[in-house]
Amino acid sequence: MSTQHRTVDQALAREFGLTADEYGTLLTIMGRTPSFTELGIFSVMWSEHCSYKSSRVWLKTLPTTAPWVIHGPGENAGVVDIGQGLAAIFKMESHNHPSFIEPYQGAATGVGGILRDVFTMGARPVANLNALRFGSPENPNTRRIVDGVVRGVGGYGNCVGVPTVGGEINFHSSYDGNPLVNAMTVGVARQDRIFLSAAAGVGNPVVYVGSKTGRDGIHGATMASAEFDEDAQAKRPTVQVGDPFVEKLLIEACLELMATDAIVAIQDMGAAGLTSSSVEMAGKGGVGIDLDLDSVPQRERGMTAYEMMLSESQERMLIVIRPDRTEQARAIFDKWELDFAVIGHLTDTGRIVVRHQGRVEADIPLAPLADEAPLYRRPTAPRPALAPLGPVHDPVGIEQALVTLIGCPDVASRAWVWNQYDSTVGGLTVRRPGAADAAVVKVENTELGLALTTDCTPRYVAADARLGGAQAVVEAWRNLTAVGARPLAITDNLNFGNPEKPDVMGQFADAITGMGEACRALDFPVVSGNVSLYNETRAPDGSTVSILPTPAIGGLGVLENAAQAIGIGLRPDQFLVLLGKTEGALGQSLWLREIHGREEGAPPPLDLAAERRNGDFVRAEILGGSVSACHDLSDGGLLVGIAEMAMAGGVGIRLDVPQSGISPHAYWFGEDQGRYLLCVPDPDGVIERARRAGIEARLLGETGGDGLTLPSGATISLARLRTAHHAFFPALMDR
Amino acid sequence: MAIALRNASGREPVMLWHRQDTLPELDLVVLPGGFSHGDYLRSGAMAAHAPIMGPVRDFAARGGYVLGVCNGFQILTEAQLLPGALLRNAGMRFLSQDCRLRVERNDTVFTRNWQAGDVFRAPMAHGDGNYAADADTLDRIEGEGQVAFRYEGENHNGSARAIAGVFSANLRVCGLMPHPEDLVDPLMGGTDGKPLFDGLVESFVQGAAQ
Repeated sequence: MSTQHRTVDQALAREFGLTADEYGTLLTIMGRTPSFTELGIFSVMWSEHCSYKSSRVWLKTLPTTAPWVIHGPGENAGVVDIGQGLAAIFKMESHNHPSFIEPYQGAATGVGGILRDVFTMGARPVANLNALRFGSPENPNTRRIVDGVVRGVGGYGNCVGVPTVGGEINFHSSYDGNPLVNAMTVGVARQDRIFLSAAAGVGNPVVYVGSKTGRDGIHGATMASAEFDEDAQAKRPTVQVGDPFVEKLLIEACLELMATDAIVAIQDMGAAGLTSSSVEMAGKGGVGIDLDLDSVPQRERGMTAYEMMLSESQERMLIVIRPDRTEQARAIFDKWELDFAVIGHLTDTGRIVVRHQGRVEADIPLAPLADEAPLYRRPTAPRPALAPLGPVHDPVGIEQALVTLIGCPDVASRAWVWNQYDSTVGGLTVRRPGAADAAVVKVENTELGLALTTDCTPRYVAADARLGGAQAVVEAWRNLTAVGARPLAITDNLNFGNPEKPDVMGQFADAITGMGEACRALDFPVVSGNVSLYNETRAPDGSTVSILPTPAIGGLGVLENAAQAIGIGLRPDQFLVLLGKTEGALGQSLWLREIHGREEGAPPPLDLAAERRNGDFVRAEILGGSVSACHDLSDGGLLVGIAEMAMAGGVGIRLDVPQSGISPHAYWFGEDQGRYLLCVPDPDGVIERARRAGIEARLLGETGGDGLTLPSGATISLARLRTAHHAFFPALMDR
Repeated sequence: MAIALRNASGREPVMLWHRQDTLPELDLVVLPGGFSHGDYLRSGAMAAHAPIMGPVRDFAARGGYVLGVCNGFQILTEAQLLPGALLRNAGMRFLSQDCRLRVERNDTVFTRNWQAGDVFRAPMAHGDGNYAADADTLDRIEGEGQVAFRYEGENHNGSARAIAGVFSANLRVCGLMPHPEDLVDPLMGGTDGKPLFDGLVESFVQGAAQ
């Protein structure tokens, strides 16, 4: 896209991503033909990425409140009460499109962006997580993208000194041309020192801090609002470049400034940079804003107003400051060797006025820019009915199926990835990646622990979006429960295809409906989130491929005492108890996909009341001290869950005969929901208490030895399991 | 690192700013881990020239105790307060995992609470931890007992002679790549790193009493 000043007309507006109707609304608001810069501002503010124009009507249906929610969606991140006057501040955000074009920088700046969303509210970041989806391991591009994304996540997160403690990874051919990089940051702040973005105080100075502005990332938000075509690589110049050390300095400088009373409002310059930060801050505050671009710290010469307003250069923040504190603030940023410039002030005009080199480059009324932003209730198509999964035979036997599943791309050990992320920096990581169902970090100077997880099972969502949306929320809740934490709230990162296609929009609407149902049933509200649409690739022949619908859920829970958190590793000479009902649901199971090569049937049904009952029981048992290890059952079902606990603990188990009435492969590999494995010294007590609570519980066997002994008498050694479990990533990446 | 020092000593460590050009009265200077100046040049190369490093050199020259961990170790080698250099890991990737370290000698303030030959666990988290020096230097530091710790079992980053940490010739400056300070609390998975900090504090308390 040329940055030359061209004649503004409907054709140019179309190039900028505005429809004819949207351009018509713009003309009505302005009462004249907009300038080139004004057109740029409208186009990014009204892009899908910034305006949520296709998703807003559905997002509004999600529950967002609870007694412990301090700030729900609408701020830079969600804020929940974790006790002792402290708040956890967290959000997850996508950087999908940039990560396909330039995996390292795309992933790195994704981490940088989400960190800023959290510390801009006054929180010190204490943990990062990431939910990644890659194409098929057989696709020759996948290795390059995995390598770049993992290096990028690590390169940024390691350098800023925030531990990367968890996340998830899936592989599927639907992500071949459109990987998903969803980054989550969790921070902790004092409840009485939380900073918001609504500007206030006519005449107050508007301050720019951080890195200088360059020409990088111009129109990134617009790029994130269109599908990819074969020219995607040509968009590389729209990808931003990160500088994690400047981010580190920015964190420290902002937190130092936040300890004073200088700040009126603050927001990071994320997507659409200076435009969105200034428009949103002034708009939320109901004031006007005048910007003088000659004062903007610039990395390159000769930048136009358009380029500066739309640049997505990284590591920048916009602050409205008390005028009498300006010099105190400047001294802090000087100390940290960061740019600090007063670039404007608040006005009572209700307009954004942008001046550059003596000319007014933009003059837009803020209220209609927000209020008359496009809003679409796009058509939705009902999903086709799922063909029932008939009986399926077991072609390989239990032993071989376990070895296959434990080594398959979606289950294999992620150690190759985690080992490139610093998970212990700061010395507060209680449960590292892989050690428990959720990561646990201690809150400094307290006994509190934060439990953190990211979850989604895209193949379930593709088969039944309502059930899959609910299952993603439930899985996050279960993972927090399984370490002993009280689940508090979620952030969601909704990755879908082209919303203009009724079947995709139907998936989106159904997934939100299911998520909302689960959130309500579990008192687990949504406090922040991000929507990424147009995740599809156009092939040279004109056909398109959508990703599997992927509503990734980031869950946060709290432990009054971090020392009560438990992991998944089996303890020797104890007993393993299965909690919850097993029916042998093989539809959409990993067993069906990996053993039969079929992605068919209905996903396992969810019973939200049973989830709540079972989870609350498990949590009470853990906090009561009767459980030494706990693992919720998900991908791969019962036997995969047992094998994961055995490998984590380095302890084997002798398994009793399976439940009668279910074929063995359905019993061992069915993915029935609402189930937990509990390693306990006293199984009779736990089983009796479960029975009284109306929960099915069953003794599976006694722990010990160095292998999994099946009821048939066959033993699979832990060494063999480990070899299979650890082979996938090195084989894919280190060849 | 601050948490580990605070827990071992019961006192708040004094934080020093990189642009300071004097040191207050101190028992020990610690250069912690991190990515000084982003490590966009060689790791530690910029920080080795920070103003604070002048007084740190003087402090070391006067026989002061200096500990450098991870990036701190890299800075100490760049500042030539310790021999050798830290190159990119042999596998060319950042490595964050537990490793096992063998204590080479226990007659130093850093290792006095271990026995020579003891093996302990420590998290490592670095991209540039591959210890390197020419053969003569390696022979010399081995001969003069300047090897502090070696990797036991797997030598993850390819360090020459599995060296994970070294001493200065007077045994008063010590640098190592892994992070004992991240394993000083059972809650975080163990106390394997605690003897380093307990030993330092005990020796300073004894020194003050004499």
